Parts: sequence; C-alpha cells; structure tokens
Amino acid sequence: MKLGEIVKALEADVLVGATAMEKEITCAFASDLISDILMCTKEPTLLLSGLTNPQIIRLSDMIELFGIVFVRGKKPSQEIVEMAKERDLPLITTQFTMYKTSGILFNLGLRSCKI
Amino acid sequence: MAEYWYFNEAFAEEASSYFLERPEPVIVMDFTIGERDFVNAGNASSQIKMALKRLGVDHDILRRIAIASYEAEINETAHARGGEITGNIYPEFVVIKFYDKGPGMKDIEQSMVPGFSTADEQVREMGFGAGLGLPNIKKNVDVLHIDSEEGGRTLLEFMIFFRKKS
Repeated sequence: MKLGEIVKALEADVLVGATAMEKEITCAFASDLISDILMCTKEPTLLLSGLTNPQIIRLSDMIELFGIVFVRGKKPSQEIVEMAKERDLPLITTQFTMYKTSGILFNLGLRSCKI
Repeated sequence: MAEYWYFNEAFAEEASSYFLERPEPVIVMDFTIGERDFVNAGNASSQIKMALKRLGVDHDILRRIAIASYEAEINETAHARGGEITGNIYPEFVVIKFYDKGPGMKDIEQSMVPGFSTADEQVREMGFGAGLGLPNIKKNVDVLHIDSEEGGRTLLEFMIFFRKKS
C-alpha cells in the first residue's frame, strides 16, 4: 500500500515526507512502549504511536521504519520534525485513536509486521 | 558486589578466551552520557551502528547490536546518573561497555525478569520502563556481563559476533 493511500484513509496531516507519498508500505506495528517497538520490528515497518518525544525518532536509527503515524491528534514539536527531516523519515498525524487507526489500515489490507 | 554472566553456547569458547585476555581493540569509540539527557540519548548507539555499517557488518547483526546498545544507553540515561560508553571494535566482534555513575542494582537477577522495572513516572511517560530493557539486551547479544552493587556503579558490557551462529 502506498503512503499516500494511508494518509488519505487516516484523514491525516503530513508533517514530513510530502514527496514520499509513492513510498510502498508493507507492514505496520502499533505501540507506545519503546522496548516493545524494538523487540517487535524485524523488518521495515510503519510505526503507529502516541509517543512524541525525541526518542521515537531516534528509534529509526536502530530499526528500519518506513515512517511514523502519530495517533489521537498528537503533534510532535518542531525539534522532532527537524530530526525526522534530517533522516528523511515521513511523519504523519491523525485524529483517530490507535485502535481505530490500526483497524482502518488492517481492513485496507496492511498486514502486521513479523514479530 | 554481584556479577551476572550470560554466554551464547555457540560462541562460549571464543568469548571466554576474549574475557581472559582482553586484547586491544582495532577501533575504540568513547562517549559520555548525561543523566536524564533524553534529547541526546541513543546518539552513541547510533554512531557505533553507523561505524559498523561502514565496516560491512551484516544487516541482522547490526540490528541486534543497535537494539542492545540502545537499551543499555537508555538505562544509563534513565536509571543511572549518566556515565560512559565505550565501543571496542575487533575484526570478528564488538564489545560495548556501559559504565554508569550509580546508584547500582539491588538484585541483578530480579532486574532480568521481564516486566520488573524501577522506572519513575517521567521515564514511563516517554515510553520506557516496561521492564524489558535487560531481557531485550540478553536476547540480542552473544555474551552479557553485568557487575553491580547497590550504592555503587554498574558495569554492563556485551559482546556480539559479526558472523551468524552456525
């Protein structure tokens, strides 16, 4: 599924990565726990999270992330946006909850990443 | 003083001789970690990973090194008063040492149990403190050594080989 389709389905705002809408997203994982995210992402993954501190971006130095979807209307600070720009890491934000976001993407056929 | 050792059987022999002889590394990378510096936390692990990537270390191995190092770096930031990190790179493996400024661990075995955490509210709000840090480190390394005492400094070091288990 393309990132652009995800943005549309989640009625999301794109904070970083407006030129990455053609990027192919193959799987996703949702969590607010850093250790869980590290433990469960063994392949490139779209991350759904409510965490908006710098460490969520730092994670992409350790594991391969297609991008991050901030759920329930969370907006990261400018500092975090800049960190993502430096890494070419797409950031989008949706008003939907983690549960609803996951459900929408799952129904559209986006599979869960291998854990 | 309490000590904890874990060895992956596949590399136990080679690893044991390393810890007896402690040969000089080919590359040394030193970092200083600030207490509760959550802006820069992860930078050391990220730089060590990038250096190893340039040396051509396999993708899956790199991921294991980065995760173990990051978890240990976060521990030094969140649970200790900061400290030092040294990445020692050898031709066949890496040894990364985390030497913090205390306050030490009460019971290492207990800290290894998934779900056990002493993290406070600030740390939990940032998405840490699930009690999975040390178990996650152990899962990704070939050797784990922890030396700690309550009230003192903690040394955590781990070793990861660049080749896959045969």
